[in-house]
Amino acid sequence: MPEFLQFLFSGLTVGAVYAMVALGFTLIYNASDVVNFAQGEFVMIGGMVTAFLGYAGVPLPLAALLAIAVAIVVGLLLHALAIEPARGASAVTLIIITIGASIFLRGAAQVIFDKQAHKIPAFSGDAPITFMGAAILPQSLWVLGGAVVTFVAIFLFMDRTLLGKAVLATASNRLAAQLVGINTRTVMALSFGASAAIGALAGILITPITLTSYDAGILLALKGFAAAMLGGMGNPLGAVLGGILLGLFEQFSAGYVSSSYKDAVAFITILLVLFVMPSGLLGRRAVERV
Amino acid sequence: MRSFSSSRLATLLILAAAIAALPLIFPSGYYFRVAALVWISALAAIGLNVLMGQAGQVSLGHAGFFGIGAYAVAIGPTHLGIPPWASLLLGAVLAGGLAYLVGRPVLRLRGHYLAIATLGLGVLVSIVLTNESRWTGGPDGMPVPRLILFGWRVSGAETWYWVTGGALLVGTWIALNLTDTPTGRALRALHDSEVAARVAGVDVARYKLAAFVIAAVYASLAGSLLALMNGFITPDQAGFLHSVEFVTMVVVGGLGSVAGAIVGAVVLVTLPQLLTAFQDYQHLMLGLLIMLFMIFLREGIVPSLRALWRLRAAGAAA
Repeated sequence: MPEFLQFLFSGLTVGAVYAMVALGFTLIYNASDVVNFAQGEFVMIGGMVTAFLGYAGVPLPLAALLAIAVAIVVGLLLHALAIEPARGASAVTLIIITIGASIFLRGAAQVIFDKQAHKIPAFSGDAPITFMGAAILPQSLWVLGGAVVTFVAIFLFMDRTLLGKAVLATASNRLAAQLVGINTRTVMALSFGASAAIGALAGILITPITLTSYDAGILLALKGFAAAMLGGMGNPLGAVLGGILLGLFEQFSAGYVSSSYKDAVAFITILLVLFVMPSGLLGRRAVERV
Repeated sequence: MRSFSSSRLATLLILAAAIAALPLIFPSGYYFRVAALVWISALAAIGLNVLMGQAGQVSLGHAGFFGIGAYAVAIGPTHLGIPPWASLLLGAVLAGGLAYLVGRPVLRLRGHYLAIATLGLGVLVSIVLTNESRWTGGPDGMPVPRLILFGWRVSGAETWYWVTGGALLVGTWIALNLTDTPTGRALRALHDSEVAARVAGVDVARYKLAAFVIAAVYASLAGSLLALMNGFITPDQAGFLHSVEFVTMVVVGGLGSVAGAIVGAVVLVTLPQLLTAFQDYQHLMLGLLIMLFMIFLREGIVPSLRALWRLRAAGAAA
């Protein structure tokens, strides 16, 4: 039982991070049809900037806020300089552009920072809390809490504000949204900024547990993408569900089966699910008009 | 139809002339090596172009098949006592077989779902290659025994230049001919519209699968050649970034054009060689250049040049 609880908690922690990356994917995809493979780099930027500001003596909360601001600026620049000029390009071309952006950001991080692994001190100490025989890191609670607050904030924003409704309208039909006077360009920029902020926050929350380095983003982007597809592309609730499920599968199989194939679990899961449900768990069946 | 086949012949002749003439201007063995790398990558890119350019299906996991070919010629002779040339064929059969087995369920998917499924497949191959260190040497890779054909030990940059150049010529010839077969026509039809192709009686699932298997075999053969030439292989060759490189070659050169796939390979292989001068800034520059190519030459190099040529010709006529 303690073992089970232990895996459950670590699965939820990792899953919360995947869910945040997947939610970032979904926000950008809904606003612009772009699958942003640089999503993992936002996570890396969040962790790295916070760590280096911390080394420079900046207090942690301020460093975290600055890191999120840096990520938002990078997200807005990515949209303005790389995505906007390529408007109307094919899906594959757009995918290659974002992969190019992720290679570029990784290269920049390698030059600006270094190639070492870096750590941020845990927010409330490293002493584990014992709960029914399982040892839980306080930082895990921070990750889960941060993720829940983010999800609630995003869903309230979509549901209760005019701007949020503009985002939803753009997602469901861009042309119609333009016709009723929504500035879809602003909505796209907003999605890139918001995704970058969510990614950076995820990076700041998880770095005390997993460390970060200039190339930490790539695997996270792949798993976040898998999580978003698992839930059904374009469905924010599906993205969160997909992320948490992937985290749980991964930790339980690492605990009970073999840890050397931990990274394989996400991809085996996505293949098996897609073979049975070609549009993901919560995805709508695509109907094509001829 | 006449002009079509003459342009195919031109592609083949220009390629043959380039392979034959380039050594005349190469100042050192290093150039032979880089050129051989280009031919190998071009072979894989031509195969991927059959899938992406002709059948219109994306694959973000093609390095997986490349890795299967590469490790076949490493594991076969080292652990199983199979001679290298037979291992090369075995690798192609394995890669083609895997593509055939997973092809049907994977190719039923569309768009981004297809992208993530192929990506997952490629990543799984590279994870297996990294983890099964008893067979593969793990993340550090393993040595590959030399290729010996009829008592002739194939080694040296110049020899490999000719071997890989010859393989590329044959691969190009087959791919160019494929365009005019019933399979090529069926692939083009389903690229334009799957529904229309189905209505016209094309067995869509079968032809997509054929394109996937062809692309996998090309990648596997290219992987085997690389491993045999280098005498060493690491799991990076099967990794996600290598898959992205292949896709970028096809798109940068020009989707659907055999010549484009070759040009794309030239660009993507030689660029990093030129960028090594920038040392730490290498990745930064590579990412930047990929973005610039895709933003400003989104149709690809060969189709863009062709359009420019036509414009010039039209201007001269008027």
